[in-house]
Amino acid sequence: MIGLAPILESQEMSASIILQLILSGVTIGSIYAMVALGFNIIYNSTSIINFAQGEFVMLGGMFMVSLVGPLNLPMWVAFPIAVLAVTLIGTAFERLCIHPLKMPSVLSLIIITIAGSILLKGGAMFAWGKETFSLPHFSTEKPILLLEATILPQTVWILGIIGMVVLLLALFFRFTIVGKAMRACAANRPAASLVGINVKRIVLLSFALSAAIGAIAGIIITPISLMDYERGAILGLKGFGAAVLGGLGNPMGAVVAGFLIGIVESLCAGLISSHYKDAVGLVVLLMVLFIKPSGLFGSAQVSKLKKF
Amino acid sequence: MLVLVALPMVMRNPYYLGIMVFMGIYSLITIGLSLLMGYAGQISLGHAAFFATGAYTSGILTTKAHLSPLPAFLAAIVLTACIAFLIGIPTLRLKGHYLAMATLGFGQIVYVALNASVDFTGGPSGFGEIPRIALGNLVVESQLARYCLVWALVVIVLLFSLNLIHSRVGRALRSIHSSELAANAMGVNTSKYKIQVFVLSAIYASIAGSLYAHFVTFISPGSFDLEFSILLVTMVVVGGMANVWGALLGTVLLTLLPEFLRGFKDYDILIYGSTLLLIMIFMPEGLFGLVKKLRSVRGRM
Amino acid sequence: MSKLNSKWMGLFCLSMFLLMLISGCAKEKKAYKIGALFAITGPASWLGEPEKKTVEMIVEEINAAGGINGQPLDLIIEDTVGDETRTVNAVNKLIEKDKVLAIIGPSRSGTTMAIIPIVEKAEVPLVSCAAAEAIVSPVAERHWVFKTPQKDTDAVIRIYEHMQDKGIAKIALITGTTGFGDQGRKQLKKYAEKMGITIVADETYGPGDTDMTPQLTKIRRTDAQAIVNWSIVPAQSIVPKNMRQLGMTIPLYQSHGFGNVKYAAAAGEAGEGIIFPAGRLLIADVLPEDHPQKRLLTEYKKAYEERYKEPVSTFGGHAYDALKLVIEALQKAGPDRTKIRDELENIEGFVGTGGIFNFSPEDHNGLTKEAFEMLTVREGNFTLPE
Repeated sequence: MIGLAPILESQEMSASIILQLILSGVTIGSIYAMVALGFNIIYNSTSIINFAQGEFVMLGGMFMVSLVGPLNLPMWVAFPIAVLAVTLIGTAFERLCIHPLKMPSVLSLIIITIAGSILLKGGAMFAWGKETFSLPHFSTEKPILLLEATILPQTVWILGIIGMVVLLLALFFRFTIVGKAMRACAANRPAASLVGINVKRIVLLSFALSAAIGAIAGIIITPISLMDYERGAILGLKGFGAAVLGGLGNPMGAVVAGFLIGIVESLCAGLISSHYKDAVGLVVLLMVLFIKPSGLFGSAQVSKLKKF
Repeated sequence: MLVLVALPMVMRNPYYLGIMVFMGIYSLITIGLSLLMGYAGQISLGHAAFFATGAYTSGILTTKAHLSPLPAFLAAIVLTACIAFLIGIPTLRLKGHYLAMATLGFGQIVYVALNASVDFTGGPSGFGEIPRIALGNLVVESQLARYCLVWALVVIVLLFSLNLIHSRVGRALRSIHSSELAANAMGVNTSKYKIQVFVLSAIYASIAGSLYAHFVTFISPGSFDLEFSILLVTMVVVGGMANVWGALLGTVLLTLLPEFLRGFKDYDILIYGSTLLLIMIFMPEGLFGLVKKLRSVRGRM
Repeated sequence: MSKLNSKWMGLFCLSMFLLMLISGCAKEKKAYKIGALFAITGPASWLGEPEKKTVEMIVEEINAAGGINGQPLDLIIEDTVGDETRTVNAVNKLIEKDKVLAIIGPSRSGTTMAIIPIVEKAEVPLVSCAAAEAIVSPVAERHWVFKTPQKDTDAVIRIYEHMQDKGIAKIALITGTTGFGDQGRKQLKKYAEKMGITIVADETYGPGDTDMTPQLTKIRRTDAQAIVNWSIVPAQSIVPKNMRQLGMTIPLYQSHGFGNVKYAAAAGEAGEGIIFPAGRLLIADVLPEDHPQKRLLTEYKKAYEERYKEPVSTFGGHAYDALKLVIEALQKAGPDRTKIRDELENIEGFVGTGGIFNFSPEDHNGLTKEAFEMLTVREGNFTLPE
């Protein structure tokens, strides 16, 4: 009940507060968007929802913590090493768990990625222990003032890096031969195979790529969100939500949906009630699905072609 | 059946009986899930929510409204069935991963609600002092009594489900699984059947939830989270979706496995994950698929 | 025919598993067996890990020194994963299979509440390492249950007393939706009026949340003079950072869950000046020489930090107290559950890491609010406020 009353009375219920809440929502949403991007790349070329995607994010953060902390490497050196390490893990994951399968059913693939996520989480527990780790911000922690609202420089970093990743992905898919092959796989797998695309290699590549994107996400959010070995699941969950809301297979949609969920949650927590914040994001998601069963930007025709 | 009766005579130790009790509770849910997943081909990542509805309705009605367990139990079933029906109508129109996300979302919404409505559910710290089930003067308190009650219910639910599978409904469900479009064209009212089996599986979960509440006598949202929904689906898939017995097998394995792994300390998480992975890689049809294969090999010899 | 066959195959497999189950039992030893239940993995592993490390260290020490009354001590540690079902199975195992004399733990309040009916019925002494007050009250229904962490209510009262001293009357709550955060929220609301404190905002956040600026933005618009954040890691480090980002300068109070200096480190500069109640373990170095806990605290801290190369936490301290109390009772009572319980209830003036324990039939916690000290963070270290 404390909820609404002061807002209605409040004189200073001004643009600056709404702006602050939206900026907070952008910070939260950028994390969802990054995770959702990773989901999409694997989904596109394989129709697999990789439940271990959140673990890639966690691993990215953890590697960075080790490289920057105990090993004392500068950030710009540690960043690519951490991404590379997780990419290798993603590749190994595909080789060991996905590659050996002949004609797997979608459900068994889901369980396999869940089993994979359990293993990655367990491995991280042994490698880093059970503590929560922090990472220094990329630049200063001094907040930037924006019309009476504040935003952390780290959030600006996150937004910039997301923008860059999205741009590079778009260029990659549009202009490189490998990228085109991946898109062909996404559109029609048997046909792609017929024109001589090595589908198995594309699957491997998509796992490597989404592991790399997951790692980048983990590295850039850890200064804000901190990181521990248990965190992957919840990050994956939110990212999955964003990916579905945006329409599976649509990376742009995923990014937009990620920000949307973040902003909705933030506005709800700031203006109505924080107790039901997480539910509100999901209710919005369900409503959208009920009205538009293939997400905001998903194509109904494409989703019909997918076997699951 | 014989094994079920003979078991408690061999294993008097309440520790083992206790594990069997949980196994029975989980079996109730996974039998329903296997009907939904294996026969009707619909995934649900939200069944923890129906388990929770059963547990909380029973718990709240018996502790706060001082109802006796049986009417509370029935009320839980009715409530769960209504919720499942209302959720099922829009949700089951979705397909594949969208359906997975929608059911998952529903489960999470219930989870958030359990946490947030503190006055009603006790919030994240849950509530205790839930009375035990009593039939007249006979209080179901010992592990043996619980064991008998749960597994009697499992047998009933199992027989009912097996009957269902071999009836008209079962055939209709399987036709939905192989091709919903074709089933529709053949005049099968697919959405009706899908919702019916969804509600039925929710009712099974509610029964399990009520039992859980009365047995453990303390409930908190932590037992009804997404992880539990995923565990249930894992049980069904690992056991073999194509068959109710498979679901049962998966439940037995995944209930016992963590107890076996107690001796391995922290390494249990790695062994557990690897076991799941190996089963899925080498037995894509689940454990029951292996059983079936062995049998056909024997048959050929 | 095939239907029948599949039925039998199913039953066959079922019975195979059960056979395997049975074969795993029976092994006897003469040592005193005590059980321990800690959330070593799972969402509360930050609690269970230091607890496990602490008791392993103590057991080694005791057995190296010849055991208890000449008998070696066998501590059987089980992982609860912080999950109620797993804990119920684990406690049944300890009681029915291992036949332990007493049990310490579990780490979390929820898991403790779930096993209280079991230990009460089996009549096994339990010394919990979890905070919630309901664990030991009503004491008439908690005949066999004790606990070592200080009470939530005492933490709340100490915080409110500190506020009264500083002239703070209006506060905002922000709590995590975990059992711990929820207990804190309830006690904070319960005692506010009695202590002349008005709660002007009451916000919550999920355990996985990474940014609490929306909630804090809402609080910033109220006239709160201080904020109380009641949660577990990592939110305890994020909330101060978010406050700093929003330019909020009102004092931040946190719970006794802030009991590890690493959390202050994770909050960085934003952590400076946080005020929270805690046991004296965290300030063992600056305690006066004549303080009754001084020697014990510095010894435990030194042993733990040398052995595990990580800072000591109050959580490990709760397990330290629980095990030492059980050992003390066991020494006097011998291997008899009822006598151990009776001896536990009679323990007085026992110096532990959490305070000085005085158990009685009316009090199964044995600590007063004096067990808490209000601490603050200065230059990344815990210290007494000026």
